[in-house]
Amino acid sequence: MGKLYDELIKDYRVKEGLKTCINCGTCTAICPAAEFYRYDPRKIVDTVQSKDEAEIEKLLKSDVIWYCGECMSCVTRCPRKNAPGLVIMALRNLSAKLGYFTCSEKGRQLLPLTRILTGNILNYGYCVYPDTFKWEDHVESGPVWKWHTEHLKDNFERLGANFKGEGPGVLRKIPQESLDELKSIFDVTGGTERIEAVEKYSEQKAGELGMDIDEYCRMTFEKISPGHFNSEE
Amino acid sequence: MIYQGKQKIWADYQKEIPDDKWFYVRSCIRQNFFPGAERMFLEICRNVLGKDFYEAANHTTCGGIAYHCDTIPQETVMTIVARQFALMTEAGYENYVASCITSFGNYLEILETWHEFPELETRIRELLWKACRREFKKPKYIAHASDLIYKYRNEIAEKAKFRLINRQTGEPLKVVEHIGCHYSKMFPSKGVGGAEYPYVLCGMIESWGGSVIDYPERRHCCGYGFRQYHVKANRGYSLSNTHKKFESMEPYHPDMIITNCPGCPYFLDRWQYVIAEMEGKTYGQNGYGIPVFTYEEVAGLVLGYDPWDLGLQLHQVAVEPLLDKIGIEYSPEDKYKGLNRKDIMRPELPGVLKCC
Repeated sequence: MGKLYDELIKDYRVKEGLKTCINCGTCTAICPAAEFYRYDPRKIVDTVQSKDEAEIEKLLKSDVIWYCGECMSCVTRCPRKNAPGLVIMALRNLSAKLGYFTCSEKGRQLLPLTRILTGNILNYGYCVYPDTFKWEDHVESGPVWKWHTEHLKDNFERLGANFKGEGPGVLRKIPQESLDELKSIFDVTGGTERIEAVEKYSEQKAGELGMDIDEYCRMTFEKISPGHFNSEE
Repeated sequence: MIYQGKQKIWADYQKEIPDDKWFYVRSCIRQNFFPGAERMFLEICRNVLGKDFYEAANHTTCGGIAYHCDTIPQETVMTIVARQFALMTEAGYENYVASCITSFGNYLEILETWHEFPELETRIRELLWKACRREFKKPKYIAHASDLIYKYRNEIAEKAKFRLINRQTGEPLKVVEHIGCHYSKMFPSKGVGGAEYPYVLCGMIESWGGSVIDYPERRHCCGYGFRQYHVKANRGYSLSNTHKKFESMEPYHPDMIITNCPGCPYFLDRWQYVIAEMEGKTYGQNGYGIPVFTYEEVAGLVLGYDPWDLGLQLHQVAVEPLLDKIGIEYSPEDKYKGLNRKDIMRPELPGVLKCC
């Protein structure tokens, strides 16, 4: 057994999600991502159970592990009670930890995701928050959302929310002591270390590409190259 | 009672849901996009049905979206959840109800992992103490908020002012129900009806007078996909999955869609707008879309609450065609008003999708 496999089987999601895979391909048949992307969860699980270090490293540096939508439809259908979706999560976790995520276009998206989501948690106590869910980045949210974001206070007041208010209620202000507790949780559980690792490896990659980190972050959020989809020639 | 055959199989997927005394935790997405729905849930449970639902002001996100976008380690999300359980314990509650499906799945996954690997639970307890000086008891029961409305569905029907019936034809409305993937695909025994025959929304529809549409892609994901939506470059994934569902349900002519996950109604609503603008195609009648609702909004409608108090003006797909079918009265001029009918302008109209 090699080092990467050893790391993977320490992850509880692999312990829970991978007994012996019989390669039936049911997970791929049910998978919404496999229909859309050039993606085959059966092959991924098989690569992991092969314990082939070179192949696992290739996987960790590839776009492939980032195609899954984590809907977990595969979990219901696997006749062996495996959870390919959990195995994917463990692979992504290791790719993030080792900095391999910067080797692929889809992996590099971890930077904007980390900034948006952990920023929202640590600053506001929510994963999604009105102040950072900008219409300009979400034009699919339609003209009604544009109007809503221009009249946030009025609309939330109209609907009985407690937007940025004290006490309980919809979108209440999370007390500073609670935000401090979240920060403390991030510090002792590896959350802060993960954010720092993603920033560090992304800065290195941005440097290689001769880009400023914010410009790089924007690019990773928006850029899509050919070659990801089944429908492409 | 002795259950046999199919009855026995079905009994395995029934949940004995406690009737009262719940610790309620909110959903990040529902608060942002459907703020009226959460308010309606508590209004119905507390004020209409007289139940005890407690909310702690200092509860936070469960971290589920960040976890499923792979931005935080497993120990981080587990400790955030442990803190939520500590708040429940401190408030003196044992039944825990989540507004969010991602949260519901997150809680179940964590409790199951701790069950399989008790040493991990011990470690998380140590980490929580180190970070927050808090301790917790695990909930005796975890429910999704839709489980509660399902449980109370007949009481709601008894108090209802409207039914899901076309008032002109007298026929039941044709309803698509969409269940969030993390409700029962991971832990089928924890959802009403399991993963194969989830009944949580069907029960409400039938109790309130509608008929349920069965269509080929009924159990397909809405396409949220976490990172597949939050990153702009990936949103084609999300759109394609919703498109697949609408193409599949179109021949059945649904009058409305009901969902139990906070994200699904947003995607099923907004991607209809995008499909209309991109391809000129609409799925409702006369250029409208198919109205999409949360189960709390539908409960509020049948109970006779004002559609604009429920926040239905924040949907992109117009709900008025459905209100007209049921016979619910509404004031068109008040739709986009602020508190005390304050004028706050109105949204622009889309180019293709017909709106009111």
